[in-house]
Formats: sequence, structure tokens, C-alpha cells
Amino acid sequence: MNLEWMAWTLPTAIFFTTIVCILIAMTIWQVISPCIKRRGFIPLSTTRGDRLFIGLLSSAYIHLAWLGLTPFSIWIAFGFSLAWMVVVMRWG
Amino acid sequence: MNKWEDNKAWFLVLPVFIIVAFSAIIPLMTVVNYSIQDIFGPGERVFVGVEWFREVLSDSRLHEALLKQFLFSGLVLLIEIPLGIIIALMMPKKGWSASLSLVLIALPLLIPWNVIGTIWIVFTRPDIGLLGATINGMGIPFDHTSSPMQAWITLMLMEVWHWTPLVALLAYAGLRAIPEAYFQAAKIDGASSWAVFKYIQLPKMRGVLTIALLLRFMDSFLIYAEPFVLTGGGPGNSTTFLSIYLVKIAVGQFDLGPAAAFSLIYFLIILLLSWLFYQVLQNVGKGEA
Amino acid sequence: MKIKKRNFALVFYFILLMLPIYWMLNMSLRTNADILSTFSLYPKEITFANYMKIFTDPSWYSGYINSIIYVSINTVISLVTALPAAYAFSRYRFIGDSQMFFWLLTNRMAPAAVFLLPFFQLYSTFGLIDTHIAVALAHCLFNVPLAVWILEGFMSGIPKEIDETAYIDGYSFPGFFAMVFMPLIRSGVGVTAFFCFMFSWVELLLARTLTTTEAKPIAATMTRTVSATGLDWGLLAAAGILTIVPGALVIWFVRNHMAKGFAMGRV
Repeated sequence: MNLEWMAWTLPTAIFFTTIVCILIAMTIWQVISPCIKRRGFIPLSTTRGDRLFIGLLSSAYIHLAWLGLTPFSIWIAFGFSLAWMVVVMRWG
Repeated sequence: MNKWEDNKAWFLVLPVFIIVAFSAIIPLMTVVNYSIQDIFGPGERVFVGVEWFREVLSDSRLHEALLKQFLFSGLVLLIEIPLGIIIALMMPKKGWSASLSLVLIALPLLIPWNVIGTIWIVFTRPDIGLLGATINGMGIPFDHTSSPMQAWITLMLMEVWHWTPLVALLAYAGLRAIPEAYFQAAKIDGASSWAVFKYIQLPKMRGVLTIALLLRFMDSFLIYAEPFVLTGGGPGNSTTFLSIYLVKIAVGQFDLGPAAAFSLIYFLIILLLSWLFYQVLQNVGKGEA
Repeated sequence: MKIKKRNFALVFYFILLMLPIYWMLNMSLRTNADILSTFSLYPKEITFANYMKIFTDPSWYSGYINSIIYVSINTVISLVTALPAAYAFSRYRFIGDSQMFFWLLTNRMAPAAVFLLPFFQLYSTFGLIDTHIAVALAHCLFNVPLAVWILEGFMSGIPKEIDETAYIDGYSFPGFFAMVFMPLIRSGVGVTAFFCFMFSWVELLLARTLTTTEAKPIAATMTRTVSATGLDWGLLAAAGILTIVPGALVIWFVRNHMAKGFAMGRV
């Protein structure tokens, strides 16, 4: 099976591997200690999985806003996103 | 409803997951791969990082297309959802007239999308089309190929004609699913028909209306074939919606990288808005029930 | 009096709804020269030449057969896989259920233009290009999620006590599902079957990309006339009228399920 047409690059491979690893880790975490819905600063009662989704989606938008509005390196946006993910997962 | 807690339910979901993931995940990954490279042909590609995203985000024609898209989808939802509910409420409940209405109302939905555009080209032509000739006959010069305003009106008419039946059908199915006992109780209480609608029918239709709203939002945001055939995005750029512009880049100029970046941004916009709609509708229902 | 006014409004709406379709029917019964030269509310000289052409030319009627084959396969796959999944979503809580439910819907959100290329590559890799099953599978991408969503809505309307009672009565899961549950949600199944049929029937981009000749859908056959020199409106209109027929038959068969709903009071 020839998959050359998928045009893989190292960064995207790392990106998707990370996503898969996060999903596996979240599943294991859920099995070990099931989580209860709770309400943080996000105006919804959310589970851990909901917060992960919110965090990832808003991180995508942080990156887009950074690219659209500033000429600086994308890595700074990446740093912000990491911090934001932690905030959402912990207090969201 | 309190649900049973059981992870074995995954086995019931597995077939769906496999069949959808087969078509969904690999193409999505490939488009992500495209979006950070400049692709000249098979095996000839250069890594460019986030360059395409920067280029697409600063494209003023894209901003314009996005604004038009929001206006279009907003109007579609504002017109079609209430109209669809009203029609569903008016439709007969039983007998041959119910069957007839169901069949008739579904007809526009069954025509392939490119054919819809073609029908409306003829239908609105001032010389040989019924609608065009009628409007011209009333003394209003009608030509949607030269006036942006008329192009928009024609597109909206076509869109409402084509898709309101979908909302009506879903709402009708939702209405029929309400047990008769509710209406009998309301009758005994002497409730007005508005009260019946507000406290019984509308809350009970929440599920189907959520689907109707999300479907109409997503499909109208992705609309391509009908306006492409009817107006070709013109006159000028007045009806160049996101999908039409995207195809211009992807097929017209064969810029695979920028088109892929564009697609991903497009996808993220729909994803965010659909998620917001979904959350709002879920919570509105909880408050009322 | 009130009822009369309501009926009048409904009839008025249906007349408006039918006008473009009537116009297509009108055109399909006229010759192309006649359509282009005169404005006429009804065909003065009825001709069936357009329909005859479609029924005798294999490149036309095979398009209908192809479409019907892959649409039927798709509807069956969608219903068979979506029924248990929708049941799971409406009755059980499991890891990642809400994420999974929403993820399904995200598959309707991708703009087709760029995704067509990897789609073509993927199906080529599996040697499925130009087969009916390829189009049926590809259409599952948007029909299976829709089927799950619609069915889940109907199933959630059925109290869980019914399941519990049936299990106490000694039904196994498959027995309960087929004997007790399916009759209760039959209106939902009817609606879902119709929507799967419809969305697969009218979809053009994927179907056209994944086929060349053997499984070419009718909608793609029709675009060929559009690009030919000078449009043959009459032929196109006749083909358009014929695209409505199979779907109208489907809705005729499921109409009772939609109209009757389910009488929950009996259970």
C-alpha cells in the first residue's frame, strides 16, 4: 500500500502523534479515576473531555489570531496556548 | 433521563466509528499535510511552515467572502426555521391529505443540487421563465445577472424554496411523536393554542429542531453547487461565498497549499459555531423542561 | 373558519412550492427550439422525445441505475450501523460518549473542494475507484452521523422503563430490539431512511470524483449536457423530472411511519 500521496512531514506527524497520545492518556485517566461534571469559569458544566475539546479548539483560534494579527513567530502563540490549556483543564 | 453506566456500549458504537473514521481521518490528515507545504506535483513538495495560513488570513477577498457567508447563513436560518415550523404546524395530521402533503413537500429536496441551479436559471429568465416573466410583467425590470441585489434575492428565494421543506419535515416528525395525551390534558385545562405551542410542542421538538438548525447552518455555510450554477458568484463578486472562492483557489489556480489552509480555517469556523449552537440549544432545553 | 384559513395558506404554499417543478415538467414536454423561442404556460405540442432519449440511450439510463444502486447500499449501511449506535448514545453513559457524538457531526463540516483529492487517493489505494460501494462508503461519511443523530432523538423520547420491563420479561437484547423497540421507533426509522436516501441521492461532488464510467451517477451525467455546446433544456428538464421519481416513491412508502408517529399511550 503506497501512502506517499499523504505528503507527510515531520511536524504534522508529531502533531497527530501528540493528539493520539493525549486521547489515549485521557482514556486511561478516565478509567483510573472517573471524573465528575463540574462548573469552573466556563459557563457550562463540563467533564475533563469537554474541557480538553474547548482547550484544543480555543488553542487553534489563538494560533490563527496570532498569525492573522501579528508578524511574530508562531512559537510564541504555541507557548500561550500551552498555558491556556493548563488553565482550562485546571480551572475551567 | 438517567443513563446506564456501561463502557460495553462502545461495542454498539464501534461499527459506526470504523465506517466513519475510514473516510474521515486519513483525508483530514492529508489536508493538514498539504497546508504546510508547497506542492508542485507528485513527490515534489517543499515545506513552508505556516506561510499559507498567514497568506490566507490576510486575504481581503476572503474576509469579504466570509462576511457575505455570515449574512447568507444568518438570513437562511432566520427565514427557514420559523417558516418550517409554521408549515409543519399547518400540515394535516392524518388521512390522504397528510400523505399528499408529505410527498409534495419532499419533492424539492430530491433534486440533485446542480439541477436545482439549472432549473432556477430558466425559471428566472425574463424571456422564457415563469418567475422572471411574471416580475417583468408587473413592470419591475428583473435580471439577476446584472443587479447584485436581485442576485441575492433570487438566491435566497431558491434557498428557501429548496430547504424549508427539510425543516418542515423534521419538525413534522417531531410533532407527530408527541403523545396525544398531552393535547388532551391541555384541552381540559383550556390552554390556548399559543400556550400549547410554547409549553408542549416547542419543547418536545427541541431534539429535531437542534438537528434542523445544525444541518441548515452547516449546509448553508458550505453552499456551493446552487449559487455556482445560478450566478457563478456574480455579478462581480456579489455572491462569491466561501466555497466558491475556495474552489477558485483550489481548482482555478491549483494552489493546493493555500486551498488546504483555507479549508482548515473554514472547517474551524463551522466547528466553533456548530458547537456553540449545540451547547446553547442543549441548555435552553434543560432550563425549560 | 379558522381551519379554512389555515388550509388556504397551506395550499398557497404548496402551489408556490410546485411552481419551479411544474416549470421543469412543462419544459420536459417541449422541444428545445420551442422552449427557447416562446414563453408558454403549458406545452402546446406535447412531445415525449426527451423522455424517449433518456430511456433508450444507455449513457443516460445507466446513470439512474448506478445512482439507485449506491444510494440503496448507502441507506442500508447507514441504518444498520446507526441503529445500535444511536441506542448506545440514548441509553448508556460511556467513556467519551459526548465527544464521540459531537465528533460524528463534525464530518459534515469539511468543505469538499480540497478533500476530494485525498478522497480519490484513498479509494484508489484500496482499488475502489469507479465502484458503487466506493460512493456508498464515501456517503456514509455524512449520512451515518446524521442517521445516528436523528435516531438518537427519537430513541431518547422513549422512556427507559420500557427497556427495563422487557428485560425483566425475559427478552434478550436482540430480541428486545427487534420485537419491542423497533416498532416503537418506526417513524424515526422512516424519517432517517428518507434523509439518508435523499442526501446520498443529491450529492454530486464525491460521487463524481470517485466514479468514471461504471458507476457514474445521474447527476454527473447531467452536468455533461450542461457543458456541451448549447444547453438542451428539454432533455435536462426531463432528466430532472426523472430524478425526483425514485425519492418520491421512497417517501410514499415511509409516509405512514412519518404521519402516524408512535402511539406511546398503548405501551
